[in-house]
Amino acid sequence: MQNSTALVGSLQKKRVLKLSGLEPLVITPESNFINVGERTNVAGSKKFLRLIKDRKFEEALSVARDQVEGGAQIIDINMDDGLIDGKEAMVTFLNLVIAEPDIARVPIMIDSSKWEIIEAGLQVVQGKCVVNSISLKEGEAEFMHHAKLVKRYGAAVIIMAFDEVGQADNYDRRCEIAKRSYDILVNQVNFAPEDIIFDLNIFPVATGMEEHRRNAIDFIEATKWVKENLPYCNVSGGVSNVSFSFRGNNPVREAMHSVFLYHAIKAGMNIGIVNPTMLEIYDNIPKTLLDHVEDVMFDRRTDATERLLDFAETVVGKAKESTVDLSWRKEPLQSRITRALVKGIDQYIIEDVEEARQSSEKTIEVIEGNLMTGMNVVGDLFGDGKMFLPQVVKSARVMKKAVAYLEPFIEEEKKEDKRKRKEQGVKEESLEETRAPRVLMATVKGDVHDIGKNIVSVVLACNNYEIIDLGVMVPPEKIIAEAKAHQVDIIGLSGLITPSLDEMVFLAKEMERQNFEVPLMIGGATTSKAHTAVKIDPQYKHAVVHVNDASRAVTVVGNLLQKEKKVRYKRDLKKDYEVFRESFLGRQRIKEYVSIEGARKNKFQIDWRTSEIVTPKELGLQIIDNFDIAILRDYIDWSPFFRSWDLHGKYPRILRDEVVGEQATELFADAQVILDKIISEKLLTAKAVFGLFEANTVNDDDIEITGKHFDRLSVTNNSNSHPEPFENHIITNKINSHPELVEGQVENYIFRTLRQQSKKATGRPNIALADFIAPTASGIQDYMGCFCVSTGFGTKELAEKYEAAHDDYNSIMVKALADRLAEAFAEYLHKKVRTNHWGYAADEALSNDDLIKETYKGIRPAPGYPACPDHLEKETIWEVLKVKENIGVELTSGLAMWPAASVSGYYFANPEARYFGLGKINEDQVKDFASRKSISEEKAMKWLAPNLAD
Amino acid sequence: MKHNSTLKRALQDRILILDGAMGTMLQRYKFSEEDFRGKRFADFHKPVKGNNDLLSITQPSAIADVHAKYFAAGADIVETNTFSGTTIAMADYDMEDLVYELNFESAKIARRVADEFTEKEPHKPRFVAGAIGPTNKTASMSPDVNDPGFRAIRFDELRIAYKQQAEALLDGGADLLLVETIFDTLNAKAALFAIEEVKEERNIEVPIMISGTITDASGRTLSGQTAEAFLISISHIPLLSVGFNCALGAKQLTPHLEAIAARTDVAISAYPNAGLPNAFGEYDESPDQMATQIREYLDKKLINIIGGCCGTTPPHIEAIAQIAKEYEPRLLTSITTLN
Repeated sequence: MQNSTALVGSLQKKRVLKLSGLEPLVITPESNFINVGERTNVAGSKKFLRLIKDRKFEEALSVARDQVEGGAQIIDINMDDGLIDGKEAMVTFLNLVIAEPDIARVPIMIDSSKWEIIEAGLQVVQGKCVVNSISLKEGEAEFMHHAKLVKRYGAAVIIMAFDEVGQADNYDRRCEIAKRSYDILVNQVNFAPEDIIFDLNIFPVATGMEEHRRNAIDFIEATKWVKENLPYCNVSGGVSNVSFSFRGNNPVREAMHSVFLYHAIKAGMNIGIVNPTMLEIYDNIPKTLLDHVEDVMFDRRTDATERLLDFAETVVGKAKESTVDLSWRKEPLQSRITRALVKGIDQYIIEDVEEARQSSEKTIEVIEGNLMTGMNVVGDLFGDGKMFLPQVVKSARVMKKAVAYLEPFIEEEKKEDKRKRKEQGVKEESLEETRAPRVLMATVKGDVHDIGKNIVSVVLACNNYEIIDLGVMVPPEKIIAEAKAHQVDIIGLSGLITPSLDEMVFLAKEMERQNFEVPLMIGGATTSKAHTAVKIDPQYKHAVVHVNDASRAVTVVGNLLQKEKKVRYKRDLKKDYEVFRESFLGRQRIKEYVSIEGARKNKFQIDWRTSEIVTPKELGLQIIDNFDIAILRDYIDWSPFFRSWDLHGKYPRILRDEVVGEQATELFADAQVILDKIISEKLLTAKAVFGLFEANTVNDDDIEITGKHFDRLSVTNNSNSHPEPFENHIITNKINSHPELVEGQVENYIFRTLRQQSKKATGRPNIALADFIAPTASGIQDYMGCFCVSTGFGTKELAEKYEAAHDDYNSIMVKALADRLAEAFAEYLHKKVRTNHWGYAADEALSNDDLIKETYKGIRPAPGYPACPDHLEKETIWEVLKVKENIGVELTSGLAMWPAASVSGYYFANPEARYFGLGKINEDQVKDFASRKSISEEKAMKWLAPNLAD
Repeated sequence: MKHNSTLKRALQDRILILDGAMGTMLQRYKFSEEDFRGKRFADFHKPVKGNNDLLSITQPSAIADVHAKYFAAGADIVETNTFSGTTIAMADYDMEDLVYELNFESAKIARRVADEFTEKEPHKPRFVAGAIGPTNKTASMSPDVNDPGFRAIRFDELRIAYKQQAEALLDGGADLLLVETIFDTLNAKAALFAIEEVKEERNIEVPIMISGTITDASGRTLSGQTAEAFLISISHIPLLSVGFNCALGAKQLTPHLEAIAARTDVAISAYPNAGLPNAFGEYDESPDQMATQIREYLDKKLINIIGGCCGTTPPHIEAIAQIAKEYEPRLLTSITTLN
C-alpha cells in the first residue's frame, strides 16, 4: 500500500477542488468566492418546500434553473422535512435535474442530515458532487465509514465542525475538530485533502447572549487557522446565520452579510451559501452602519449589540421617540408596565409594580394580570417579527426584576393564607406549599441547537416557572426519567434539525406509553404546527402544542397551567390540532390517490394456502333476549365514560389524578350507585342478535355470505339492495315478517366493503375488509359474522324520569352508562364468539384490560367507524340478522341505531385481520360502490361524502 | 496480479499497443445460429446468434485465434471477449446465469494466448485486459422522452452486476480491468464502485483503465458531460489510464484527448474506430490512413496506450504498432507510485 498523501497529490495535476456537473468546476486559490445556490432547500425556502410537498416538481425545477441562471455555481439540494419522504424526493428531484442540461451543468451539493438520503442522491448523479455534510458527531467509526463511501462514490465532502461532544462554538474547538477530522480523512481514509470542505459553523451575533459575542470573529479566525494549517482544504458556511437576530430588518442583515463575507473571504473562506439578493455591496454600506456592524462582528465594544439594535430601528425607518423622552411615564399604569416590558426598560418597573400591587387584592394578580398582559404584547411583537431576540431577553430581564420584587409579598400572603386555613381546620397535608410550576426543557437526542430553548427557559424562568433544563442531545429515556423525578408540569422539546422531528414523535409515543399526562410543548426552527398536528399530536392523548416563538411560550405555558382555564384550553388545543390535521391531510392527499383498480391490485395479501381458517362451531343466527347486565359490569371500559364528562385520563389512574382525580372519584361513585340500581331493579334490558356464516370474497371488494345454515330463521327473497331510502322517521318493518324456519334454504347476501385509495408507500397495501376473507377463486371456504347488541331498552324512560325530577346529572349518567354497557356487551359477545360460538380462540385467556386494548385475535369493525365508515352497510346487517324483528333495534333515517346504546358490526376471525382507517376515497370508487350496490350514485355520494376526497 | 509491476514498467518504457475490434474479426467467421449454440445450447429456448460473448464458450478456438492474431500484429494488451458480460446485458438472451462462466472462460482464453506469446517473446510481455462494457441501460438518462425522471436501471443493480463481472474476469486471469465505451458516467462510477469493493474484499490492487466515449461533434458523452467533466467525475479512484474509444475516428478524437491529457497525470489511452462509418455503416479507413491520423497523437505526445475499436483489424494494429515504435510515450511522473 502506498503512502496516501503523497500519492493523492502526485496523481492530480493540481491539488485544487474539482467538481463536475455536465461541465467542470475547478476551484483554485485564484477563483472568486464560490456561491452555492440555497433556494432548492426545503429547510431554507418555504416556496421550494411547498412545491416539493405538493409534488410540483416541474415548478421546483424552475427554482433550480433560476439559481443557475442567477449565477449559482453549485446548487444545494435539501429535502429534509418531517413531512416529506426525503429519500424519494431527493432521488425524484435529482433525476429530473439531471435531465435538464441548463441546470445539470453545475455540480450538485447533496444536503441532508440523513446518510441514507445522501447516499440515495450520490447514486443518481454522474458528476462529482459535494456531500453536505458529515462530521464526527456520531464518533470516528461512523465518520470514517461515511467518508470512505463518499470517496468511493466520487464526491467532495463538507465536514461540519462537530464532534461527539457537540458543535464547535469557539475558536479552539473549531480548530481542534477541523484538525482531527482532517487527519482522519487524509491519513486513514486516503481522502484527497482538496476534496475536504470545512463548515466551521457560522453562528448569530448580537443575540443579547454573552456567549455569542465572539461568534463571528471566532469563525473568521478559525478559518484563517484552518487554511494555514490544513493544506489544500476549503472553508464554507451558511452566511445568513450570522444576522439571524435581525430577521425582519433586511438593510441591517445585508450589511452584516457583506461585512462578514468581506472578512471571512480574506481569511480563506472560499465557498458559501449566500442569498445574492441579501447582500449589500461592501463599499455601499453607509459608514455609520458599517461601524456599528463591525463593532458587533469584531466584538469591539461591550455595548455593540445595544447600539446596533438602536441603530437598526433608524435603519428600518421606525425611529420612534428618543429613549430620553419620558412622556410615556404619564400614561396609565398598564401602558407603562407594557411599555417597560416591550422596550426592556427596567428603570421604573419596581415603582410601577408596587403601584399595581397596592391596587390588587393579591400580589399574584400583578404577575398574572399586569405583567402577563405586557409579556403577551412582547410575544405578539416577536411573533410578528417586530421584535428581535435580544430585545425579548431584555424584556425577560425586566420581568424577572419585577417578579423578584413581588415574590416576598406573595410568600407572605401564602403564609397568611395557610395560617387562616389551618385555623379553619384544613388538614395539614393539603396545606403543602404550592410550588412553582416546573417546566422541563430539552433539545432532543441528536440535536445540539439550543439558542431558542435557552431563550424560552430564560423567559419562562422570569415568569416564575421553575425550569429543569436538561441541555442538548438529551436521549428520550432521560427526558422521561427526569420528568418523572421532578414531577414536571410541562415538557418542552426543542430541535432545529430535521431528524429531531422524529425524536419528538418518538418521545410523544413514549409519553403515551408511559401514561404521561403533562402537556408537551414543541419548538424549534424545523418544527411546525403542521408537523406537530399531523405527526406528534396523534401520538399523545394529552395536550401537545407547537410554540412558534420563544415569547409565545409564556402565554402558552400560562394557559396550560392556569387552574381555571387549563382544562378548556387543552381541550380546545386538542380540537384545534385535530381540525388542523384533518384539513392538512385532506389537502395533502389531493394528489396522492390511486384508482380503485390500482388500489385493488395493491390489496392486502393473505396467503390462503397457509392461512388458518376455523369453521365456526355454530353456523347461523342466534338471538340473546334478556341478558343479565350484571355480567357486563366487569367488561366496562371506563375511560371513555370519564371522557364523556370532560374528564380526561385513563381509568383507574384518573381517580388519583392531580387535577381531575377528586371529581373523577366522585363521578365514579355516583355511577356505581346508578349502575347498582340499574342492575338490581333491571331498569335496562340487554339484547343481542348475531350470526356466523359461510363467506367468500367476490370481485375483490365484496363479501358474499351464504345463509344456508340460518337455523333459527329463514330469510326473505330480498336482494342485497335495500328498498328505497328511509324517510324522516325511524324505519318500520319493511322487510317481510318472519317466515317459518326452512332448514337448508340457500340465500346469499353481499357486504360491500370500501378500499383505501390513498397512495401507499411501497409494500403498504390498500386495505379493504374484504381482504380478510378468502376469495371464491381460492377454493377455500371462509367465514364471517355480524352482530347487533343493545343495552338501550329502558334508557329513555329512565332518563326521562330523572329529567322530570330536574336531575340532569343522573339523566346524563344513565345515558352514559347505557353506552358503556352496550360497548361492554359487544366486547363480551365478541369474546363469547371467539371462544365458544365460533371457537377459533377457544383457549383465549385475556383480562379486561387486554380486551380494552384489543389484543385479541380477529376484529369486530362497526359500520360508521374508520375501517368501514359507510353507514349504509348497516342496512345489510339489519337484513341478514333481521335485527329489528329479532331484537327491536331500529335504524333511523340517518342510519343511527335506536336505542342509542347499541353496537353493531362484523366479525372477522383471520389472525391477519386488523383495524385500519379507510381514509379518503375517490369518486371512481363511490360510483363503483353505487353500481355494485345497485343504488343511485347520488345516494352513494351522499352517504360517503365525508370520505370523499375533494 | 504478478504482471502488475511488469505492466507499469512497460507503460513507462514504451507506448503500449491495445488490440483491435473483436466483433469485426468474428464477423468473418460467418457463424450461424447453430455455431453460436454449439452442442451445449442446441436446445436453448431463444435465438442466440449475435451474442458474441457466448462464443467464448461455444467457439473458444475462434476467440483464441483472434487474440493470437492481434498479439502477432504487435498488441501488448488484448481485451477479453466480454463486452456484454453482465447480467444486465445478457438479460436480452436470458443468459444471466451464464455471466460468471462467460467472463471466467473469456479471461482464461485470453490469458492462455497471452502467456504463449510472452513465453515466445519474453522481452515483450503480453497482458489481458478484462473488458467491462457499458451494458445496454443508462443510469442517468431516461429511455422515455415523456418521463425524464424515469430510470431503467439503478446504481445498485449496476454495481452488483459489474461486481460479478469483475470478479469473474479476475478469477479467469485478467491482469487489469478496462471499463470501456462509457456513454453514461454514472454507469462507469457504479463499475468503479464495484471494483473498489472487490479490491477491498480481496485485498488486492487492480490496474484500472477507463475509456469514455464522446458520441458526436458536440464533444460530450451521451450523458452530456464534457471531456474534462468526465475526467473529474471518475478521478476519485486510482487509475492506470484514462482515455476515449469508439464513436469517433482517430482524427475527431484529438481535441478531447488533448483536453484530458493536459489535466491528468495518469496514462492516456485511445482506441478510435477505423474512421467514421460510411453510407453502408462500414468502417473503411485503411490501416495506413488510420496510422497517419494516429501519428498526430504521437507527435503531440498525447498517448501512452493506443489501439483500435470498431472496424479495426490486425493489419490496422500492425500499422499502428509500427509507427508507435518510433515514438516515446507521453511522460508519466506518477506511475511508479501506483503500487
